[in-house]
Amino acid sequence: MNMQLFEGERVRLTPHDPEKDAEIESKWTHDPEYMRLLSADPVRPLSPGQIKKKYEEAGKDASRQSTNRFSFAVRTRADDRLIGLVRLERIEWNNGAGWLELGIGAAEDRGHGYGTEVLQLILRYAFDELNLHRLSASTFEYNTGALRFLERAGFAVEVRRRQALQREGRRWDDLFLGILREDWERVAGGK
Amino acid sequence: MNTSLFHGRLVRLAAPNPETDAEALTRWQRDAEFLRLLDSDAARPLSVAQNKTDMEAIVARESSFAFMIRTLADDRVIGFIGLGRPQWTHGEAWLGIGLGDREYWGKGCGTDAVRLILRYGFTELNLHRVSLGVFEYNPRAVRSYEKAGFVLEGRTRQDVRRDGRYWDSLWMGILREEWERQNPKSQEQARE
Repeated sequence: MNMQLFEGERVRLTPHDPEKDAEIESKWTHDPEYMRLLSADPVRPLSPGQIKKKYEEAGKDASRQSTNRFSFAVRTRADDRLIGLVRLERIEWNNGAGWLELGIGAAEDRGHGYGTEVLQLILRYAFDELNLHRLSASTFEYNTGALRFLERAGFAVEVRRRQALQREGRRWDDLFLGILREDWERVAGGK
Repeated sequence: MNTSLFHGRLVRLAAPNPETDAEALTRWQRDAEFLRLLDSDAARPLSVAQNKTDMEAIVARESSFAFMIRTLADDRVIGFIGLGRPQWTHGEAWLGIGLGDREYWGKGCGTDAVRLILRYGFTELNLHRVSLGVFEYNPRAVRSYEKAGFVLEGRTRQDVRRDGRYWDSLWMGILREEWERQNPKSQEQARE
């Protein structure tokens, strides 16, 4: 049995530390290109204080209801630096299904394979620890990087929601992708 | 201008009244099939008091447009319908509908209500598209949505588990241009 769930080669999944992380996360929200890859909500920069408040509210939610959300801060092993966030959200325990969200915050940290390591870790967590049956993810037509990234890990495009977004003066499709446990086992060799 | 936004051929859209409608909702929830067709939560009936509280919260939420479905013939409450989770910057909202009263299943009341809420979505909320999700074990609803103009956009595999097996969810959407093409009459009325 492989007991190491949170340690990748160069990154690890760790708890959030809003006191320490809010400053860096606030910087990411000031990058509209990054935010538009992640979310359909109107882009708006958040202060470190606003980010801390978000974490406080999420903490209250988690204690009120049975938890259906697992959220991690991604840090480099070399220097314990916050480089991204990864979450399993909207988990439906009765159906064994949930949604994945993942982002590497700073442009200079992208393209080094950190995201791929994070994805391998979170998929193993979802299938081997939470015992889920499938995961979903949403990405936008213009985010071809995310699309390739998810497909390499075993996700398949399942739904093309036509013209669901309006950005830069034109309409774009929203894509739903999915991965079943068996897809993951095939691609990752069950490891 | 079309001033009969809330009146269809068989039903009308009425304001929810938690005081009285919570009782109807509680009655419908005794029917597990109704609950399983409605959403992917574990089916469970709620008390009148719980339903009243939930309905009050929905009514208070200004970002959701929720209506009760009432028959034109005898003003009976037979279900609910609404547009929720609007993304105003993108002009999108999600359709939800529940026909609680079994006597009215398969009689065109649901389709009539969907047509009304689409007209509301496109001519009052000025949406660009309306979206919905439905389960593969609910072919009657899929037929109704297709009749109202929805197009199947894909299926998320095996995301609902019921009665010992996995089922797919189907995702449908209708664009403003598709709706306008199918409803030229509404357009004439809108221009008058």
